[in-house]
Amino acid sequence: MRTTLRLFALLLLLGTAGWWVAAGKNPGWTKDKVAIEKKDEITEIVFIEYEDRFVPGVDILAAAGAGAVVLAGLSFLGRRKAAAS
Amino acid sequence: MKTTLLLTCVLLPFAATAAEQTFDFKDPKGVNTARFTLDAPLESISGNANGVSGTLTIDPAKPEATKGSIVIDAKTLNVENAMMKEHMLGAEWLDVAKNPTITFTVMSLEDFKMSGQAAPAPGAPKGSSMDSVTATANVKGKFSLKGVEKEIAVPATVTLLKGKLGARTGGKMQGDLMVIRTEFTIKRADYGINPKAPTDKVSDDIVINLAIAGASPK
Repeated sequence: MRTTLRLFALLLLLGTAGWWVAAGKNPGWTKDKVAIEKKDEITEIVFIEYEDRFVPGVDILAAAGAGAVVLAGLSFLGRRKAAAS
Repeated sequence: MKTTLLLTCVLLPFAATAAEQTFDFKDPKGVNTARFTLDAPLESISGNANGVSGTLTIDPAKPEATKGSIVIDAKTLNVENAMMKEHMLGAEWLDVAKNPTITFTVMSLEDFKMSGQAAPAPGAPKGSSMDSVTATANVKGKFSLKGVEKEIAVPATVTLLKGKLGARTGGKMQGDLMVIRTEFTIKRADYGINPKAPTDKVSDDIVINLAIAGASPK
């Protein structure tokens, strides 16, 4: 059980970190849409259009880290079986 | 004589109509943009609004007497995070339910200076007038945000694009375009925008950047 909890903690941490890196290593807050800059050819005004895309931020990374710590912490609560003499 | 000719060439696009010209800033293409940025520890909070409308009436002979207003539909303010947007539009921050518009009403233009002009379009007949003229001015006006109105002065760059409305509307309408660009800073506390939020978490300064185009059909 302890090993399973620790394994889950490790998977949660590594999985979330991998997802965060794969999604572009966003150093800010999580976004559910991304601003795309475009330029109007005639007026040369640079304007923004939003694209619906989920980009995990450091808040999700921190939450996963906290979750991993809790899971790993739980693994220490159970009593270790006394070693057979 | 040379100076007179040069001045005539430069001022011609502005003065060609020789009368007041009204520009409508409700852009059907949705290009008109008001951006804002507030500094914050993790990352700057920035977003934009594209619900721009309003009209400006300019007399080329008396640009300092320009009148009109630019209105922003506060509900069109957008950021990249849904929860942040909900907070921004809520009662503590902008309270858009009670204050649905952000308005800048022009009172006067000062220090109006011609700052440049573009060459005629390729293929234009030799000696044709300039296609665009750019001027800078200090615009004094009343800025209204979250029910608070204050007189402010903002630096603006105004570009007149003669006859470019046709190119923008695919020939459906003919006329001129006017592009206005400005960047200015206001204080969050001056407009009662969540005064409880500490300035080390969210800056008191709000940088506003406006780039808008108005059309004057003929």
